[in-house]
Amino acid sequence: MLGHQVFWEDVEVGTKLPPLPKIVDSVTAVKWVGAIGGFNPLMYEEEFAKSQGMKGPIVHGLLKLAWLVHFVTNWIGDEGTLKKISCEYRGVDYPRRMKTMTEPQDGETWFCKGKVTDKYVNGEDHFIVLEIGVENGSGVVTTPGDAVVVLPSRG
Amino acid sequence: MIPEEAKQFIGRTDPPHVREVEAGAIRRYADAAGDDNPLYRDREQARKSKYGDIVAPPGFFGWPIKPVPELEAIMGLMSAVINAGYHRILDAGMSFEFFLPVRVGDILIASPKVADVTEKEGKSGTMIVCSFETTYLNQNGDPIAKSYQKVICSKPRNTGVEKC
Repeated sequence: MLGHQVFWEDVEVGTKLPPLPKIVDSVTAVKWVGAIGGFNPLMYEEEFAKSQGMKGPIVHGLLKLAWLVHFVTNWIGDEGTLKKISCEYRGVDYPRRMKTMTEPQDGETWFCKGKVTDKYVNGEDHFIVLEIGVENGSGVVTTPGDAVVVLPSRG
Repeated sequence: MIPEEAKQFIGRTDPPHVREVEAGAIRRYADAAGDDNPLYRDREQARKSKYGDIVAPPGFFGWPIKPVPELEAIMGLMSAVINAGYHRILDAGMSFEFFLPVRVGDILIASPKVADVTEKEGKSGTMIVCSFETTYLNQNGDPIAKSYQKVICSKPRNTGVEKC
């Protein structure tokens, strides 16, 4: 995964994680629906999405959670362990539409962001608590959440 | 008001279903999430890791081996809520607790439950909040993970067109 391994001692409350950019377009949105086997038409059918009060098909909340899992597991490295993660789907996101069969139009790029809010030791394990979220192209956190991870210790 | 017919489902469980964690499914999930971690696709590298083999990204629990059995409690609850006029159904959030890694080849048993039904005042009136919990065990009976999901059901603002 990463050449670099973060250790519990390297991290302080307030430490920010390097943001992870993400783009979702109509094609990747459908790819996601197929990959999880959850075929809710809200994620791909215009008319149904509108009947649910949306402007069009929306980005599946679980995809944004999977982005956050990627973001956190990438940061904790091979020796870290993700114990808990949660998020709220507060704001709706819409995938970019397609310019060509494979290329999205210009538009929004989302960022996974996070910072350390707590650190503690319990038994043998060295815990870090993170405040995380997916920020949309306008800088609004549509998907706030938190995570608890265990990092290796130098001790 | 929580619809009377919805209350009976609180605490009810649905039959467990079996899920198979295949290498291809793991790879497609990780691809779709844009996660290029070799642990999810490169057997040689994964074998050198602390997991000893390809693992699934946390939050992926494979595909059902057979179609998911009739989810009487969950579907019954959702029908009761929809029949009471709450047609707009949205995922509100999700939490996972992870106990053990999910490895390629694992056979998981997922047991869903209706954890709670509550009401909440929102901008567009009363909303019904349905909470579901799913427990995942592996083939050895070890707990792998638990998921907590919240779904918010509200009445459409524009009630000109009623859909069921």
